[in-house]
Amino acid sequence: MIELYANAVVSGLLLGGFYAAVTLGIAIAFGMLDVVNIAHPAFVILGSYVAYICNARFGLDPILVGLLVLPLFYYLGQAIYQISYLSFERKGSDSLRGLAFFFGLLFVTEVLLILVFGVDYRYVEAWYIGPTLRLGPIDLPLRMLVPCVLSLVLFALLQLFLSRTFTGRAIAAVSQDPTALRLLAINPVRIKRIGFGLSIATAALAGAFLIIIQPVEPSVGREYIGRIFAICVLGGMGSLPGTLIGALLLGVVESLTTTYFGPSWSPAVGFGLLLATLAFRPAGLLGR
Amino acid sequence: MTSATAVENPGRKVQAQIGTPMFAALATGVAVLFYVALALIGNEYLYFSGYVVLQFVVMATAWNILGGYCGYVNFGSAAFFAMGAYSTVCIYSIGTEYARSGVGKILGAIPPPVLVPLLIAFAGIIAGLVGLGMGYLTLRLRGVFFSIATLALSVVLQTLVVNWDFVGGSRGAYVIRPNEFPLLPGGFIAYLFVLMLLLVVVALTLARGIERSRLGFGFTAIRDDELAAEAAGVPTLRLKLIATTVSGALMGMAGASFPYYIGYLQPNSAFGLEYAVNAIAMPMVGGTQSWVGPLVGALLLGSFQQWATVTISSVLNLLIVGLVLIFFVIVAPNGIVGLVREWRRKRVLRKAVRP
Repeated sequence: MIELYANAVVSGLLLGGFYAAVTLGIAIAFGMLDVVNIAHPAFVILGSYVAYICNARFGLDPILVGLLVLPLFYYLGQAIYQISYLSFERKGSDSLRGLAFFFGLLFVTEVLLILVFGVDYRYVEAWYIGPTLRLGPIDLPLRMLVPCVLSLVLFALLQLFLSRTFTGRAIAAVSQDPTALRLLAINPVRIKRIGFGLSIATAALAGAFLIIIQPVEPSVGREYIGRIFAICVLGGMGSLPGTLIGALLLGVVESLTTTYFGPSWSPAVGFGLLLATLAFRPAGLLGR
Repeated sequence: MTSATAVENPGRKVQAQIGTPMFAALATGVAVLFYVALALIGNEYLYFSGYVVLQFVVMATAWNILGGYCGYVNFGSAAFFAMGAYSTVCIYSIGTEYARSGVGKILGAIPPPVLVPLLIAFAGIIAGLVGLGMGYLTLRLRGVFFSIATLALSVVLQTLVVNWDFVGGSRGAYVIRPNEFPLLPGGFIAYLFVLMLLLVVVALTLARGIERSRLGFGFTAIRDDELAAEAAGVPTLRLKLIATTVSGALMGMAGASFPYYIGYLQPNSAFGLEYAVNAIAMPMVGGTQSWVGPLVGALLLGSFQQWATVTISSVLNLLIVGLVLIFFVIVAPNGIVGLVREWRRKRVLRKAVRP
């Protein structure tokens, strides 16, 4: 019995590590840049499909593909931010339009993927997908372990970038005080563009991780909307360490729910957590 | 910024003289004419597709009461719609499962033509209460959180329904639609169509009534600058809660007769993303500032989709709706109504310059 729960907690932590990678983009876009990119899960799914195509056609490793397309996703993100800036932010129009715009993107991406690939589940093949590492009674499937470890690496790298480099600090500061940035001769729009590019770039890797962990079909992304925003809010907006804690917490709670009540209930966990956070501690765990 | 254009709009003056009861009467008249025209054509398919278009008119109008008037975006329209649909399935299942016991007997004794309007009212109450609850939890924070919560609401409600065997679970549930309806030519489907037409009249009258009442001015104040509204003494939280409740209730009512229409309700069809996207796209395309916008948008986009589902494919037409939404959001943020107003204003200005 204890073994069962120990395993559930461990697999929850592994899952949480992966959730952290998916939430990373939102933590930057929503938490730091104040761009409510609800289309983020759609870009993650897009990353999954890119990994799938390259894996099925050329036999490339999905993670390698994720790394290779990072620049493409980065420029895609920059382009999207530019459109959003020119059409909404610059005019100072209400958030309603920005939200509707990203919702449209979410929807169009999903429908395009359905049109091209259909609604069948797709999966990738790689050496680490089958085997499982056993530490005494605890199972560590490599399929979960590899994405989790790499997510943590990605997390650490971004945290270093955001706290140590000039551009990184500017990204973390831009939505708090754009005028101060201007006074330092930094163009806030350029900083936001870079930040948003980074945010979408993380989706390429997160997508590759996702399709390693589970088979993917276009509407899978919808389940992640509740999850990633729950994590982001739970951890505290704009705080990467908080995001990581939130992600691990959600992973464990979901995994325990799955063990207790069955997998069909797990999508509700994220939402429950989100509502509870909003109701009781809207600033999040490590919020300012 | 739009209020300035509205003042200079000549058509507005005429419109302002029509009171709400008069408007309701006029709308009913138009609805009756519309129905008579369809009945004269006598093609049953028109009721089937017309029902869907009208349902979207209600959805779009309901969305706009919160989204357009208050500026709070609801992404969970599908959830409210499905809530209405599933409240009907739930009551229907009680009627069939417990046909021998007291409650079942009472439900079984009510003939379907009487039952459906009751179900619509019931769905309105349920969905309105959920809207109120959602609003109470999230509306005290920034508007974005409300939007995100509504987005996640669909996923959670779908999870609940999939796990709830009594309403069919993931398999779905049958709701038997009687074929006959003696009072109207066209059978029961024509009856559902007429009910939806009535709901459209109610929704439009309500939306227009709100627009020109104190409530509506409060909503506009919230949309334009919530802090300033709060400072000026507008009870913002209470008004927002009224808006979410009314909007949610109308969406639930739009969904209530859907199980009878479709005959076999699956979670995937009730929670379809097309409701969420259409409920946003239609007001955005039509224009979010007045009740006319959602009506125009829903009639255009709704009829287009009815035509395109048959001739092209249902996935491709959803793609088109999504692209149209993005296009309008970027290029014509005030929708078709905004474009027309702009054009009229320019014409008036031109006349003023060269008499």
